Amino acid sequence: MQRTLVQEVTKGITIENPVFRLLLGLCPSLAVTTSLINGLGMGVAATFVLICSNGMLSLIRGIIPPKIRIPIYIIVIATFVSIMEMMMEVYTPALHKALGIFVPLIAVNCIIFARAEIFAGKNGVGRSMLDGLGAGLGFTLSLAILAGIREILGDGKLLGYPVMGQSYEPILLMILPAGGFFILGFLVAALKLYDLRAEAKKSVLLASNP
Amino acid sequence: MEIKVLFMIIIYSVLIQNFVLSRFLGLCPFFGCSQRISSAIGMGCAITFVMALASAITWIVYTYLLDPATSIVGFFTEGNGAPDLRFLRTISFILVIAVLVQFIEMFLQKKVPSLYRALGIFLPLMATNCAILGVAVLNVEGFTAIGIHTKLTFIQSVTQGVAGGAGFLLILILMAGLREKMELVTIPESMKGVPIACVTGGLMALAFMGFSGLSF
Repeated sequence: MQRTLVQEVTKGITIENPVFRLLLGLCPSLAVTTSLINGLGMGVAATFVLICSNGMLSLIRGIIPPKIRIPIYIIVIATFVSIMEMMMEVYTPALHKALGIFVPLIAVNCIIFARAEIFAGKNGVGRSMLDGLGAGLGFTLSLAILAGIREILGDGKLLGYPVMGQSYEPILLMILPAGGFFILGFLVAALKLYDLRAEAKKSVLLASNP
Repeated sequence: MEIKVLFMIIIYSVLIQNFVLSRFLGLCPFFGCSQRISSAIGMGCAITFVMALASAITWIVYTYLLDPATSIVGFFTEGNGAPDLRFLRTISFILVIAVLVQFIEMFLQKKVPSLYRALGIFLPLMATNCAILGVAVLNVEGFTAIGIHTKLTFIQSVTQGVAGGAGFLLILILMAGLREKMELVTIPESMKGVPIACVTGGLMALAFMGFSGLSF
């Protein structure tokens, strides 16, 4: 069953969400999500690399010998990461500084490898780029959710504006490393609970009217 | 002076700014390879070894090929000076690490096949482990926590590699021990697997925050 072009994008956000569903790319999703702006910046940077590398790898998929495809993927992805890093250093130096070591580390992000291996190596250029866009948007959204929760609870602010009122006492724990682990754990658990509920409902429906 | 700096690097990398719990590097093996203590030890040792070797080799590559101040490429350009190749940092480091991992994979397959089978998919995945590329990048960017803002020296780099790996090994073993115990506990269905591992990791990170009192 062939997916439509729109589904190619939306699947990366919903059923194949890289962070919450496939549990890929956890290092940056915990490390840079102390504020929403950092999370969004990371997401956009990774999306750029995803679209470019997926498109490029799909373009040359016919001439890559299958045995050495992983080193070739690594080089192509690292090249785009270097390009992105140089652009970032020039246009958004503050963000580049805030993300720090995690900008070059996009080169070893599992999401990008997973999309290259699962999708770009087998599909056309257009579809691969859309798949990259979808996975990138899913990653950005996940980071934004994590970062938003952590910034609101840990700092009482969102994008630097106070949103929780004067009397709010920030829970400092949430912007510390431990808070990242907790929030991620509870979000994944909540999604799993939702899945289990939906499954139980389905089986009840099936049992009542076969 | 030198010894004191090395000691500080070790304390920071193992305890205060642990690679897994405080810098969030290498979370994939932390969650994926911590089911059994035996495989955790194997994985931790393999990563420590690769981190130490990668620190040494990437430092040499960066210093003598990429950095124009110390590069030996200048000898071959007939007095035009060495080109600034630092923009190739990410690509060259990742290639060096991929080759190293391939080498270790071949070595283990031949000499220690039991460990090779136990590590499975996580062995080739080490080439894309953030902790290894992370330590290589941190080595050339300096260790700001203890006030070194320039590139580390060779000895300091290797020390950071070994200490970072040791911290990783420590966390992996602790986590595997906790998870072996957790198999006997009743956990809500939705919290099983990764969620409970995340919460455990969070509690461990809280505990490790206590070590920040060691900073000097």
